[in-house]
Amino acid sequence: MATNNLGPVLSAFERRPESLISLLQAVQESLGYLPPDALGTVARHARVPRSRVYGVASFYSQFRFNPVGRQRVAVCRGTACHVGGARFILEQLERTLGIPEGQTTEDMEYSLETVACIGCCGLAPCISVNDEVSAKLTPKKVRKQFKQARK
Amino acid sequence: MTAGFEQLRQAAEEQWDRLTASDTPVITVGTATCGRSAGALDTLDVLRGELAGRDLEVRFVEVGCLGPCYAEPLVTVSLPGAATVCFASVDLKGARKIAAYVAGGELPEDLALATTGPDSIPGIPDLMDTPVMKGQVRRVLRNCGVVDPGDIGHSLARGAYSGLQRAIELEGDARIAELERSGLRGRGGAGFPVSRKWNFCIDAPGDTRYVICNADEGDPGAFMNRSLLEGDPHAVLEGMIIAGLTIGAAEGFIYCRAEYPLALERLAVAIEQAEQAGFLGPDALGPGRPFRIKVKEGAGAFVCGEETALIASLEGRRGMPRPRPPFPAVSGLWGCPTVINNVETLASVALIFQHGADWYAEYGTARSKGTKTFALVGNVKRPGLVEVPLGTTLREMIFDIGGGISSGHQFKAVQTGGPSGGCLPEDKLDIPVDYESLQEAGTIMGSGGIVVMDERTCMVDFARYFLDFAADESCGECGPCRLGTRQLLRILEDITQGKGSASDMELLEGLSHNVMRGSLCGLGQTAPNPVLTTLRYFRDEYVAHIESRTCPALACRDFIAFEIDEEMCNGCTACAVLCPVDGITGDRDHLHEINAAVCIKCGVCSDTCSFGAVETVSARP
Repeated sequence: MATNNLGPVLSAFERRPESLISLLQAVQESLGYLPPDALGTVARHARVPRSRVYGVASFYSQFRFNPVGRQRVAVCRGTACHVGGARFILEQLERTLGIPEGQTTEDMEYSLETVACIGCCGLAPCISVNDEVSAKLTPKKVRKQFKQARK
Repeated sequence: MTAGFEQLRQAAEEQWDRLTASDTPVITVGTATCGRSAGALDTLDVLRGELAGRDLEVRFVEVGCLGPCYAEPLVTVSLPGAATVCFASVDLKGARKIAAYVAGGELPEDLALATTGPDSIPGIPDLMDTPVMKGQVRRVLRNCGVVDPGDIGHSLARGAYSGLQRAIELEGDARIAELERSGLRGRGGAGFPVSRKWNFCIDAPGDTRYVICNADEGDPGAFMNRSLLEGDPHAVLEGMIIAGLTIGAAEGFIYCRAEYPLALERLAVAIEQAEQAGFLGPDALGPGRPFRIKVKEGAGAFVCGEETALIASLEGRRGMPRPRPPFPAVSGLWGCPTVINNVETLASVALIFQHGADWYAEYGTARSKGTKTFALVGNVKRPGLVEVPLGTTLREMIFDIGGGISSGHQFKAVQTGGPSGGCLPEDKLDIPVDYESLQEAGTIMGSGGIVVMDERTCMVDFARYFLDFAADESCGECGPCRLGTRQLLRILEDITQGKGSASDMELLEGLSHNVMRGSLCGLGQTAPNPVLTTLRYFRDEYVAHIESRTCPALACRDFIAFEIDEEMCNGCTACAVLCPVDGITGDRDHLHEINAAVCIKCGVCSDTCSFGAVETVSARP
């Protein structure tokens, strides 16, 4: 969807400053990220300065200013996962996908990120791929899971 | 409303009785996030598929999380005329066995965890007699894993909204008196008496008031609120409506973190059903007295768990805290008096009004009443969500309910209260878990995360992990937190990388106290706790890193090396093939060797070796 077609997405929300975060969430949901001109569109809709939109969007970790891969791989860095060896899972994914944390593969298939806590601590360590959680992982398991996908 | 409620409740009870005494098989599957991550949806698919072809009517019910995460996916089967059996760790093969049982085959006893109904089966314990459940008192969690969170009828049949009916019948002052008598204190971390908070709000001048449910469960390692929202959302809604009734609010907001998509989904369904039933809407609190609830999704900021930051975020701003007073009870959302309580607190409010304050206060200690849910995770045998009376000891929780430390390892430390809490050693395990005792020991109750560690966790690295989190999540508003957490992190990084110096421990202590004193909100005021408690109870580990340049846990990379054991290595080449830096040499069927000069200490060799031949050894940086 192009930025200039955001009308229907925005119209679900009241034209007030307090709608700002919900507006940004809806725009990101439909475009996958927040391109610069979308911030201006949101600013006009919420009736706030563009600087405030950028201020809010850059404050929260959920918002992205760059496109992401079709599969968003998020490694949980919660406490239970940390104790269970989350850093080895992250490093294995960096090697298998060939990208460092925070980057997207050139073919736009995978993005690799970390998340504060998925809340699946009883089955740590875990990751989520497009919000679907896989648990009780080992570097070996993630290598297998993504090696096949990379071929 | 009251006559109407009675009708609704009766209809729901009849529906529930038909389900529990059904003449067709009923299969319940726990499909909350933890169940799903263990494969519950695939298990459910196989069960449905296997039973679809047969001439057999089967009812499937999806429920929330029963608690024992280690045993997910959990499936409960109730056959007419037979005891109800709860099966654990039901993978696809297990699902086929269970399907065969439902179709008239034999009971797969190897999968049975317990029976859950009044009938028993020799050799299989009742659920509440199993070691994991025995020490627990399930009150807040009574419906989780039992009712379908998508069907308000199930909750109604089990008492939901009867507390609201009672609260409506009570006079205004009697409601606060009831809460006060229950002794309920906030379950989000600070433990402030709920009745006092509500009273402040009632006494504050203003025409418009708000209720906010803080569902921004940000502590890494904690998932009590997620389970409650996914498994029994109506308990939380009922608590909010009672709060609205008591303080005179017509609107409530649930601020729920975006990382919990299923909780958000279940909340939306529950609110819609509560509206249809009239518990929310224009006459929710009596004729002409409206109450509505809206859900707002968080956008990923730990600091928004702090009440003033949360309110800023609800107002569409950067989630940054402001100095208190004024407290939100006096000036909260849009400057109006606002009651803001955590998910578990509000669910407990519903319980108190359903069963009475005396019933609620039966459990607990003199100053910490009732039960509390905890996420018991880390290196324990049976991680999961537990609920115990306050005053239960950490030892009982970790060793009786949690089954002790994962096999072959020893207990080292337990961390309570998330990034705001601290680590306790073995000799503190017998302190009762209540607000004051934990505080005396240097940690806090927090929202209920309990992370257990064995000897493989380095305590200096663990403190570094939490400061990394705090520095990352510091909102930047005040200097002591923004700069102080970063500086603490740098010192801890130096120590874990072999660059620590003799004065570091003193520096950490001094800086910690300054950050605590100078910070604006709870994040900075408590962020140094993991540093101070590890310095207090595990000082020898700091000394080892700084003076003898060793990491006793063999966890910090700069202090370790990998070596291949001559006798164990059979030359299978698995490690050499996977080594990302081609740092392992050796011919097939011959001893392999690691080239220390190129080794990046990723641990792949040790993880890969099926023969336990790769050892981690101490090495000076």
